[in-house]
Amino acid sequence: MLKVRIIPTLLWKQLGLVKGVGFDSWRRVGPVLPAIKVYNQREVDELVLMDVAAHAFGDEPDYESVSEFGQDCFVPLTVGGGIVCLDQVQKLLRAGADKVAVNTATYANPELVSAIASRHGTQCVVASVDVRRREAGGWECFSHAGREPTGRDVVGWVRELEDRGAGEILLTSIERDGTMGGYDLDLVAAVALAVTIPVIASGGAGNYQHMVDAVLQAGASAVAAASMFHFTEQTPAEAKKALAAAGIPVRQNFVPVMEKAL
Amino acid sequence: MKVGVVDYGVGNLGSVARALEELRARPVLIDHVSDIAMADSLILPGVGGFKECKALLDAAGWTEALREAALVRDTPLLGICLGMQLLADFGMEGASDAAGTPGLGLIPGQVQSLISLGCAARIPHMGWNSVSWYPPSTLLSGIPSGTDFYFVHSYAFVAEDPGNIIAVTDHGIPVTAVIGKGRIWGTQFHPEKSSRAGLRVLRNFIEGASC
Repeated sequence: MLKVRIIPTLLWKQLGLVKGVGFDSWRRVGPVLPAIKVYNQREVDELVLMDVAAHAFGDEPDYESVSEFGQDCFVPLTVGGGIVCLDQVQKLLRAGADKVAVNTATYANPELVSAIASRHGTQCVVASVDVRRREAGGWECFSHAGREPTGRDVVGWVRELEDRGAGEILLTSIERDGTMGGYDLDLVAAVALAVTIPVIASGGAGNYQHMVDAVLQAGASAVAAASMFHFTEQTPAEAKKALAAAGIPVRQNFVPVMEKAL
Repeated sequence: MKVGVVDYGVGNLGSVARALEELRARPVLIDHVSDIAMADSLILPGVGGFKECKALLDAAGWTEALREAALVRDTPLLGICLGMQLLADFGMEGASDAAGTPGLGLIPGQVQSLISLGCAARIPHMGWNSVSWYPPSTLLSGIPSGTDFYFVHSYAFVAEDPGNIIAVTDHGIPVTAVIGKGRIWGTQFHPEKSSRAGLRVLRNFIEGASC
């Protein structure tokens, strides 16, 4: 049976890891590489690494850093931030990324999603969608790390992304981001109902129960968290135990068969 | 031990090579068919569409070179994910007619969409899933049946000969997880991204697994 994934999100700005609240007020968390090594040793299910400054400079993705970060990562690594064309995707995959997350560029050029999917497969394209709740109801998508309103309603947009070949949706509530007050369950449920591809709940995780709720109440296929793992004593391993206790299937760590003594 | 990683323009080659280095093997990215003979064993990675990738293999002469390596020289070959699916006779993904796109024809079978096989669960089949087998295979030596591996795919290998099915997983329907024939292997999951269990599969392959 397919397991529910618990995914630490690593936000990376210039030289180090950061974490903000509501996509703002960035706090430095520490260097990137040791964090990836620790998560790899602890056998997390998957890692998401986002360069949150990339679009601001309009630079090429930092392939050298990605290559360094991927060196010790033997679990799936999604890399995002500033991706605008197919050529960059190929370079990131060579550098050690397994999937790429696209966001800002897709609003002006949704064809980018189709292009990546047809060259590298749908499983390679993580469509990252950042949204804010509308007063009138529903949610609006924002680009440029949460700063630019796009006018797109989330339900219509995720359906388009799925049609164009996105392999999963990384769905982040900007208001909940960094608050540790829980995921926006209505949002997760609305998107999980709108598409048939997996939905990763993101934004707001503060404790294990929030993750359980995102899966059992809202239908998330995976749960992402940053602040909760950076700033509290809670860990992905303990999160797994909590999910398992709630009856959710989670991945068990590999235990080798005892080899015959020589 | 030189492990040739076939570089035909797609795939997470960096991850595959890095996993081999971790095992102290010597990965060599092979981007020209003339270099194929220098490898002690070959890994065919792959992400993307069956039709597009097969076209890339055909265009650069990989199809014949890989068949010759596996069938004539008996070079061990491991296909990963789409690389496994390409071992089949035919693939339906992106095919313009009902017969499908011809594959490498190294293990008899077809590649069909999970939907057409009756899968009602979320697709792509993405994430960690437990893999079961009986009887044990040398490729899976040291790993208990039921161990989780990392999958990402929407199509599956339907083997003609059940004897070539080494291991299966379950995504609402049974899905072929490992196929094998002699020294030709395929894993639907990504061993390079399946942590220590996956590294063990790669080690078993390099150390000469056969069935």
